[in-house]
Amino acid sequence: MALMRITSPHAHGPMSTTRVMQSVLLATVPGILVLTHFFGYGTLVNIVWGAMLALLFESAALRLRGRPVSFYLKDYSAVVTATLLCIALPPYAPWWLIVVGIASAILIAKHLYGGLGYNPFNPAMVGYVVLLISFPVQMTAWSPPRGAGELHGLVAALEACFTPGNFDGVTMATPLDLLKQNNALLMEDLWQQTPLFGRWAGLGWEWANIAFLAGGLWLLYQRIFTWHAPAAMLASLGLMAALFYDGGSSASGGSPLFHWLSGATMLGAFFIVTDPVTSAVSLRGKLIYGALIGVLVYLIRAWGNYPDALAFAVLIMNFAAPFIDHYTQPTTYGHRDEGSK
Amino acid sequence: MRKIYDFHGGIHPPENKHQSVGEPIEAAGIPQQLIIPLSQHIGAPAASVVTVGERVLKGQQIAEAKGFVSVPQHAPTSGVISAIENRVIAHPSGFSAPCIVIDTDGLDQWIDHSGQPDFESVEPSELIKLIRSAGIAGMGGAGFPTAVKLTVKAATKIETLILNGTECEPYITADDVLMRERAEQIIRGATILRHILSPGETVIGVEDNKPEAIAALRAAAEGTGVDIVSFPTKYPSGGEKQLIEILTDKQVPSGGLPSDIGVVCQNIGTAVAIANAVDKGEPLISRITTVTGDAVDKPRNFDVLLGTPMAFLLDKAAYQAGKNNRLIMGGPMMGFSTPRVDVPIVKTTNCILAPTESELPTPPPAQACIRCGMCADACPASLLPQQLFWFSQGKEHEKLEEHKLFDCIECGACSWVCPSHIPLVQYYRSAKADILKARSDNEKSEQSRARFEAREERLVQLAAEREAKRAARKKAAEERAKKAAAGDGEDPIQAAIERAKAKKAAQESS
Amino acid sequence: MLEFITQFPLVTAVLALLCMGAVFGAVLGFAAVKFKTEGNPIADQINEILPQTQCGQCGYPGCRPYSQAIADGEAINKCPPGGEATIAALADLLDMEAIPLDEEHGEEKVTTVAYIREDECIGCTKCIQACPVDAILGAAKQMHTVIIGECTGCDLCVEPCPVDCIDMIPQEETLQTWQWDLPDPNSRRVEIIATDAQGRAA
Repeated sequence: MALMRITSPHAHGPMSTTRVMQSVLLATVPGILVLTHFFGYGTLVNIVWGAMLALLFESAALRLRGRPVSFYLKDYSAVVTATLLCIALPPYAPWWLIVVGIASAILIAKHLYGGLGYNPFNPAMVGYVVLLISFPVQMTAWSPPRGAGELHGLVAALEACFTPGNFDGVTMATPLDLLKQNNALLMEDLWQQTPLFGRWAGLGWEWANIAFLAGGLWLLYQRIFTWHAPAAMLASLGLMAALFYDGGSSASGGSPLFHWLSGATMLGAFFIVTDPVTSAVSLRGKLIYGALIGVLVYLIRAWGNYPDALAFAVLIMNFAAPFIDHYTQPTTYGHRDEGSK
Repeated sequence: MRKIYDFHGGIHPPENKHQSVGEPIEAAGIPQQLIIPLSQHIGAPAASVVTVGERVLKGQQIAEAKGFVSVPQHAPTSGVISAIENRVIAHPSGFSAPCIVIDTDGLDQWIDHSGQPDFESVEPSELIKLIRSAGIAGMGGAGFPTAVKLTVKAATKIETLILNGTECEPYITADDVLMRERAEQIIRGATILRHILSPGETVIGVEDNKPEAIAALRAAAEGTGVDIVSFPTKYPSGGEKQLIEILTDKQVPSGGLPSDIGVVCQNIGTAVAIANAVDKGEPLISRITTVTGDAVDKPRNFDVLLGTPMAFLLDKAAYQAGKNNRLIMGGPMMGFSTPRVDVPIVKTTNCILAPTESELPTPPPAQACIRCGMCADACPASLLPQQLFWFSQGKEHEKLEEHKLFDCIECGACSWVCPSHIPLVQYYRSAKADILKARSDNEKSEQSRARFEAREERLVQLAAEREAKRAARKKAAEERAKKAAAGDGEDPIQAAIERAKAKKAAQESS
Repeated sequence: MLEFITQFPLVTAVLALLCMGAVFGAVLGFAAVKFKTEGNPIADQINEILPQTQCGQCGYPGCRPYSQAIADGEAINKCPPGGEATIAALADLLDMEAIPLDEEHGEEKVTTVAYIREDECIGCTKCIQACPVDAILGAAKQMHTVIIGECTGCDLCVEPCPVDCIDMIPQEETLQTWQWDLPDPNSRRVEIIATDAQGRAA
């Protein structure tokens, strides 16, 4: 056997990119299960259809770019993008909506910028925003959760996706919308009079968020990412909510707990904000990045025009990430005393 | 109890040290041929002082130091110089370099030698000279001449003398067994170093995964005032800068030396070499080397003569060439792979690692960098390896320097954690070399420019001078012509004609 | 005052603008004089980038004249010793598109050093006169030799030699100059990003 000439180090740790992506996928499972429990099979159909499309687009893009297809498919990044996007889409979304979303995410946001690792913007969020701006009606058509309306079966879910014309689903506003539109009722009354509210936040939503939180904590435990960005985002979001809670009056923006457990907060905090490619790199940078996303989420939720704000907040901060990096370079060993000089 | 500090980052790779500590240190014996590279240290290579065919004795100087940062080489055993030529040496390039080859005679006959056992009455500068003439260079891995390291500026007060017994690299146990078996000599070396530097305190730092070594050192240090400090195992705590931070919470300034902050750090193997040199006058001619890895059946530590071919040691450890995928000189984190088995052991060879494919698999093709930041968390120098990788790829030298590339110690922690298996260290090594090359090219082109301009100037000046001379000559000629025309004195041609006419007339008249 | 403003808003606006223009203009003019930076003339900056081989392959009698020519609008791709790196640096400095090397002026080669086969040298001093950096030592009817450290490898001494005793020897890689290569993302070696071939095999 010929002796190899390789640069050191010769040993390698157990972590691999494939494992990172697989862990992220695994961590979304509890959240997906809860979503399915409360909103029916819609999300699940979204994800399966989306993942298939993602693999298809990814293969096509890799082939066009002359890259080895199977080698790059194995990193699971396309499936992760598809999963995160499809979780964020309303259940029972029509098939073409998902096609447009995944195409925007994989082809435009990812491969046009050079593929995994080179994309400045989070592909899933780009896909989401493209859909939200292009098809606002479909994108805000959330079906009522278990306890507030009829749940659809698997067949109906498939029908909703692939023959959307035949599907007759009831849609309702999300709790975030209701809160925003409310200007007459005290928080307490709003909770009592609307069946869509649960114990702390929206019915179903709160448990989905708790499930994503659990998945995120597991990833943290697995050291897939550090606590800095999610913690900073949740803290700043909570702080903003506390500042504008206004004692639960009719002008209140909702309690911190409501904001933590509403919309895509936990999904965003642990699965989107932590996307390493598009976030700041240093630990201090991640704190700033996360905190500003939290602030933006609240600003857009409270005073913006869109029902949820995560995608916009993340994309705006994606712009700022290189800037943050520039100013948060850590102090290198041996340069400790330079600041004081 | 001394306070221990932590440094940023670090990793915990599998230690794999148990394989080679089962047996005591074994004398490797005398191979038929020893190959002594003239450069086994950082700095200028030594220059041979022997001739082919000459018989040398054990401990005889065979090459002398050239310049300040250099050390001499000595014959590790008695024998005949059979060649002074280029041989393949232990270097990642696989290149050859000048070596003195000794055919050993098996007699192992010492040259007359004596040390300064009563070192406390000897001037430190004398001891430093002795250490230099004994050919001692740092034995931890870098091979920096020890005498140079001990020569600190007169104004510098050394607060802390640190002996490095950390040995944080996986697999290597050479220092571990040395501490277990030769603790007295280490302490002896420590007291000699203490006499030379007169530091405020003398500390031996050992990772807490070597309890036997710590116990042996503590027993030997009883009553000497040498402090044995153990601290949690973490790679790369044995790096000089990291060890200094662990023990003193001070950081060596970038581009500076430990002595700038009042610290001198020496490897414990170097301390033993110093003890031998000072007590007995023995130069550095042997060292402890670990031979380990799954491709050797009998992993252990050898007391080996410098210049011993690696193949000789591998044989002693029952090497299975068929199972081996690469030979590494040093540990798995910072060692380099050598393409041949006949390269010689040198002063810095602390380990020969012969792993199997399943043990240290061939690295898979690198995937894309997802900027996960695991490398930044692991970096002991608090760099941003992912950014450095980016800039190295783009050859953005300015950005690299801005991101402190030259503070990278190439420990390999970033590559070890990288989930995409990117050979980060290779990028940094290459980028560093490119930048250094660009700097020296720049210097050279600056010099060429100066020489070109000087030449141009000189040519212009020469032309001007020539022009001036020509003008002067022309002027002189013109003036002479003018004088003639003015009738001031005879016109020479007219005069010649007159003279000729006069001559002719004289002839005719006679 | 106020009355005037309300009565003639247009006039006031124009006046205000004029006043502001005068004030800012004065400030700018003052700053331009006060903080004037003595910049390197562009030709000097270009000369810094050129490799100083002084080989004349660009068609100019040295690097300095070529840099002056570039400053006056000459193409930046006529320097073979500098190669792509120099072109890129020039393009960066001059904010131009980097263009490929003009092959008419020669190809980018490895750095070489002149070597005189000394027993064949007749001592004619022609090479000494040709050398742009005075790197050849000798005198009439005496053997000549090259100061290796100063030689730029420009080839200019080869042509004038009447006995052809000058060789251009490529500088060999030594232990001191050896370095790890940048991992090549497109190579088939083990340390790299996957290539098409590997992808198909996998």
